[in-house]
Amino acid sequence: MALGARSQSTAVTSERLRAPWFLVGVLAIVCAAAAGLLIGPADIEVSAVVLELIDRLPLLTADSGLSSIHANIIWEVRLPRVVLGALVGATLAISGASYQAVFRNPLADPYLLGAAAGAGLGATIAIVTGSGDGMGTFDTVPMLAFLGSLAAVALTYFLGYSSGVRRSPAALLLSGVAVASFLTAIQTFIQQRNVETIRQVYSWILGRLNTASWSEVSLLAPYALLASLVILFHRRTLDVMRLGDAEASSVGIRPQVVRLIVIIAASLGTAAAVSVSGLIAFVGLIVPHTVRLLAGSSNRIVLPLSVMFGAAFLMSVDLLGRTIASPAEVPIGVITAFCGAPFFVVVLRSSRRSLG
Amino acid sequence: MRICVAENVGVRLGQATVLDDVSIGISAGEWIAIVGPNGAGKTTLLSVMAGLLGSSGTVSIDGHNLARLSPRQRARMLAYVPQQPEVPPGMSVNSYVLLSRTPHLSPLGVEGPRDFAIVEEVLDQLDLIGLGHRNLESLSGGELQRCHLARALAQSTPIVFLDEPTASLDLGHQQQALDLIERLRRERQITVVMTMHDLTLAAQYSDRIALLSDGRVVAEGSPSQVLESNHLSTLYRARVKVLKVEDDIVVVPISNKKKSL
Repeated sequence: MALGARSQSTAVTSERLRAPWFLVGVLAIVCAAAAGLLIGPADIEVSAVVLELIDRLPLLTADSGLSSIHANIIWEVRLPRVVLGALVGATLAISGASYQAVFRNPLADPYLLGAAAGAGLGATIAIVTGSGDGMGTFDTVPMLAFLGSLAAVALTYFLGYSSGVRRSPAALLLSGVAVASFLTAIQTFIQQRNVETIRQVYSWILGRLNTASWSEVSLLAPYALLASLVILFHRRTLDVMRLGDAEASSVGIRPQVVRLIVIIAASLGTAAAVSVSGLIAFVGLIVPHTVRLLAGSSNRIVLPLSVMFGAAFLMSVDLLGRTIASPAEVPIGVITAFCGAPFFVVVLRSSRRSLG
Repeated sequence: MRICVAENVGVRLGQATVLDDVSIGISAGEWIAIVGPNGAGKTTLLSVMAGLLGSSGTVSIDGHNLARLSPRQRARMLAYVPQQPEVPPGMSVNSYVLLSRTPHLSPLGVEGPRDFAIVEEVLDQLDLIGLGHRNLESLSGGELQRCHLARALAQSTPIVFLDEPTASLDLGHQQQALDLIERLRRERQITVVMTMHDLTLAAQYSDRIALLSDGRVVAEGSPSQVLESNHLSTLYRARVKVLKVEDDIVVVPISNKKKSL
């Protein structure tokens, strides 16, 4: 049997990320990162930035002629911000894609199970108690946001799976809605009782990368990497999950276990991302769907491309946010929705592919 | 040899008893049809035997207690096609059928040349090879039904469970699908367990029929033994006649229109 089929075995192959799309992804990341490094309020020559970067490469030396202040702007302001933007964008996009896969719901995003509401409550508590000013390195805002986010998802999971509705994903989604509303109510209450900090709280909720530093990069990087790797390892399994729980189980996987593993990974990544960047909306929804519409619906394509386009998208959006009203910054969450939504509508209308 | 044995199987959903002390044995290589009125427990029995629904009593496949097998081990022994399988949007026929290779791969592994060859062979047998790159959503009902069958067969299991395999098909496609199952069953020596509404088709294609009513097996045996007019009339609360046309058993409903006029 295998002998006869071998001669023509090119007909059936599995879907995977093909070279052209991979290259497009790499190109998008390189362009967005380059733009983020080269453009900014401080007037630094393009050539000087390039020489400064080359100088840091092993075995190469180049004199950029930059003052130490300008060199510092590149290494301590622009570069960590670009890297943080890439990590946040990649993490939110792949988390969103994985939630859409395990819940088989195109509306699923990383904040579905209460991650955003929990983080918002945590950050608000940290800000109003004055234990964090949102600026310092040893700041309780990211820590409480991270813990709040994880606690909210854990609560949602516990409520959803103890509700006795035969462990259906729908019960989980509904308890996510309930937990998010409940935590948002508490957050709003605390916020209204402390109007003097309302501006800080609001700025955190709209999302920002303007406090980016290497310490935040190192805070997020391990979680972003762990979450992405765990989810990417499940790329084929997540395609099996598209058959629904009963049929996925009949071909030999455990849908409940897969769902739990992916929720844990995505929640860790999301919690770490929002703890350093605030609540950046929409990335986890539009990036995976854009990829689906352009490149195909298999998770073997959607997940890796979401990482790449998520990173490129947030780096670009952040660049817009800090330049269009310079020297003031437009909150990044505002730009993601303002630019992302029309772009997504264009893709949606022009694509012949279906949203898987 | 008994390949699948269900002993004293019971299922309760809330207050309702869906299956009550059902015992049934299936021989290797046979085609058995589970028939019965709506709500008799046909689909529930199939799900229990396919290991997808817990129950009291035991089900064993090839001598192994189904409850003690991991989903992977179970999926290497039996394939299952529900009445209305999911049709994932944007998925090609090739990708869909390849998903059935899951139990034969390492837990997070991906398909290799052997899996491609097996899927290609199945697609070829089911006349789907030209549709491999088409989206499932773009197929006709008959083509889609063959895809579901292809997925079950590419799972390479000795036993296949089919829930109403012809429910959405017209007369011609019903026959084609069942002829195909019969041919593949002989070629691959697999055991087929299916639920069926259409008693005539069940009689024509299966070796044996189990008649379920109110969660119990009320008759079991060859089609001519089980399908008996008076019995069916009572169980289905219908007016039926069982006829013999050439060598086929035909179950026909009888109208009472003329009598009431």
